[in-house]
Amino acid sequence: MNLPDAARRATEAALSAGATDAEAWAEESTSRQVRVYEGEVESLSDAGGRGVGVRAFAGARSGYAYGTDLSDPGVAAVADAARQAAEVADEDEDGGLPDEFGTAAVPDLTSAEFAAWSTERKVELALAIERVARARDGVTQVENAVYSDAEGSVALANSRGFAAGYAATQAWAYASAFAGEGAELMTGLGVGLGRDPAALDPDAIGGEAADRALALVGARQPESRRCPVVLDAFVAASFIGFIGAMLSAEAVQRGRSLFAGLEGEHVADPALAVADDGTDPEGPASAPFDGEGSPTRRTALLEGGRLVTFLFDARTARKAGRATTGSAGRGSYRSPPLVGTTNLIVEPGAEDLAGLVREAGDGLYVTDVAGLHSGVNPVSGTFSVGAAGRLIENGELGTPVRELTIASDLVSMLKAVRAVGSEARWVPFGGSVKAPPLLVGEMTVSGA
Amino acid sequence: MTLVEPELASRVLERALARGGELAELYAEARQGFSLSIDDRRVERPQSGRERGACVRVLQGESSYYGYVDGLEERDLLRVADSVAQALRGEQRRPAALSAPTPANGHPVLARPETIEPIRKADLLRACDEGARAAGAEVSQARVGYGESRRTVEVYNSDGHAASDDRTRVRLSAQVVARRNGRVETGTDTRGGHAGWELLETDPEEVAESAARKALTLLDALDAPTGRLPVVVGNGFGGVLLHEAVGHGLEADAVQKRASVYAGKLGEQIAPGFVTAYDDGSRRGDWGSDGIDDEGTRTHRTTIIEEGRLSSYLYDLLRARRDGVDSTGNGRRESFRHVPVPRMTNTFFAPGEATPEELIAGIERGLYAVSFGGGQVEPATGDFVFGVSEGFLIEGGRVTAPVRGATLVGNGLEALAAIDGIAGDLEIATGYCGKAGQTVPAGVGQPHVRIRELTVGGTAA
Repeated sequence: MNLPDAARRATEAALSAGATDAEAWAEESTSRQVRVYEGEVESLSDAGGRGVGVRAFAGARSGYAYGTDLSDPGVAAVADAARQAAEVADEDEDGGLPDEFGTAAVPDLTSAEFAAWSTERKVELALAIERVARARDGVTQVENAVYSDAEGSVALANSRGFAAGYAATQAWAYASAFAGEGAELMTGLGVGLGRDPAALDPDAIGGEAADRALALVGARQPESRRCPVVLDAFVAASFIGFIGAMLSAEAVQRGRSLFAGLEGEHVADPALAVADDGTDPEGPASAPFDGEGSPTRRTALLEGGRLVTFLFDARTARKAGRATTGSAGRGSYRSPPLVGTTNLIVEPGAEDLAGLVREAGDGLYVTDVAGLHSGVNPVSGTFSVGAAGRLIENGELGTPVRELTIASDLVSMLKAVRAVGSEARWVPFGGSVKAPPLLVGEMTVSGA
Repeated sequence: MTLVEPELASRVLERALARGGELAELYAEARQGFSLSIDDRRVERPQSGRERGACVRVLQGESSYYGYVDGLEERDLLRVADSVAQALRGEQRRPAALSAPTPANGHPVLARPETIEPIRKADLLRACDEGARAAGAEVSQARVGYGESRRTVEVYNSDGHAASDDRTRVRLSAQVVARRNGRVETGTDTRGGHAGWELLETDPEEVAESAARKALTLLDALDAPTGRLPVVVGNGFGGVLLHEAVGHGLEADAVQKRASVYAGKLGEQIAPGFVTAYDDGSRRGDWGSDGIDDEGTRTHRTTIIEEGRLSSYLYDLLRARRDGVDSTGNGRRESFRHVPVPRMTNTFFAPGEATPEELIAGIERGLYAVSFGGGQVEPATGDFVFGVSEGFLIEGGRVTAPVRGATLVGNGLEALAAIDGIAGDLEIATGYCGKAGQTVPAGVGQPHVRIRELTVGGTAA
């Protein structure tokens, strides 16, 4: 399929249907997933997808439509539906295509190695991950070991003459291990990701799943108290992802962000530096341009304890009298551009995990949080989320704990960060985040 | 109109079984949808979509092989079938002959949403926005979304089964923000069903007004208490607790991997004798209802807890074959881009005899958890956590002050055993359930339920 051609045809069709401006995002991908269980292939899939999404403007109104038919009549029907949808919307004087377009210089997002891997080798990789986890003493079962990859291309065109595209490859794997039995059963997750399967280390992924489950065996409910808390990289990434979403100018302008009015203000401890970087060579969300054709870039968000800027697309930038930060996200051709993060990157600190735990002295090490999205009030930032982990006793990891909640509010938590760990890693949930462990000076821990 | 003619479906299944397999299946789907929202007083994001695609699956022993493709053209379908067959290593099998798919008994749709002028949908949203803002001067922001979808589904398999379904859903959801001095609170409400536009013709503004009332109430909320307390869980969306803490553990994929605390407990008394619960995908017009599931099995009522005893797990075809039972009609998938897994439809406690007031009257100090912002459970242990989005203190047998930031933390089996009262006011609410990377509409519900004691994690230190 010639994607640039499909995007161009869709744009032209929208103009023919009466749109004053138009933009089309065309996409094609193939993906493979291998799921193994107890040494056998549980499922194996091979998928292909393609589609186009059209944003049509009728003066200050805009509408969106998408479809899977990339033939001439198919594309024309999508363009026409977008043009018609625009009729229903109210006028938006800040809407419209970006004023400037371009592409950032990003390294090749594909791996030459990717194509060299046969399905059999991918199956073997998933089996190896499972074997590693099962081989650990105390692991009772590996619920899942999954390998997935995707190879995709996109093309974006608009009626102002922008036309560009890129391709990317991605491979990731995870395993979920169980340790203990019955009511004492604990689970642990191991993950890995990269541009090709060679970047996935079965020992690391399987070992991590096993270690995380084993560390929780014998967990009990702790006493309620206020104490220092060390968030491991997974948990830190979940919180940072949540905070990143609240830095969208869209959320801010619509009164749905606790960070509204805090641009330039002191919101965090200076030890914590966070940037959004859509050009990072390793970043799963990296791309040369955003969902509406603005170049991606690195944008400092938290620096020196201050909130440097929000994230803008063309519309929110116009409304605020600012410039876009290249933050128009695009889930797929099925959704119009929406302000969001690309890769959130937390600047690593000096101390390793043992150092953070030592500095905490007496507190809690959290390796799991549950219900982050239901447990945080997105407007006030207060939260209370379920957690599991280990007590920190005399500067060392101690008794495993579960059935507890940790509570604070996001700004208090950011300000209470006492140290940032040195071991940063990519975590593929809660967006695309690279984070190290964090030591937070004080949080409310509720248990028995 | 058929999406895939039986003759082509037969050839697809034949090619899929070219290298063996016990069962081959072709799932074809056409989806169309429209959505629109009002936010910050502006009607925006009109969006329409049309997709067609198919998933081909072959089951062999403990393994399933599948592929999917955007598009329903003959060459797309045959290519997927060939690619799936490549993964097998056995002898060719011949599928049984296929006839035209039998249409499922549909759920009534009186006014097809796609025939309603989009401008009326915009007007509906404006009325909701006004309703929310009129609820109180402290309402500062309202966002209301309208969505409609129609999925035409055909399932053919190599046992000769052919079935089709035509599914229409509409849903209205409101999120309202209220502000007083520095304090900001959010209230939400929804209305939806497997039904047409008629569902929204009567008093739709009430959805937004109700969300506004919740946000306004929370402005007066105290910090939630912490500790072990008796909890009365509200009807309707309160059923999220059953869905998360029990329902997911009854899904046969988790059970067969012993990744559920309910594994091996069939027939055991897990709740008091007055507790009965169902999963029912055939309930007329409810949000989680369909005519057939996504493997062509007719939906019906499954009793999951009968008078306190665990009476059934929830099965799709694959897991049912493993256990040598019939599918319970719970093989659901988000779209043709996904394989079916055992999923709940509408899951709820059967109504009891008490009134909500009676349940509350017996409590000296406790929490009234009206609604949850969401929740999460670890099926392997049954441990759960729920954020209470709307909660009140119970003091001296009466509902008193609203509280914010409460979280319920506990374990499904312990919570079930601790149920000590069920009211008669059953209601089903509209949820979206995520599992294995797939999101499907799920009806959650219950009457008011009282739990003797649960851990409440509050924001008060």
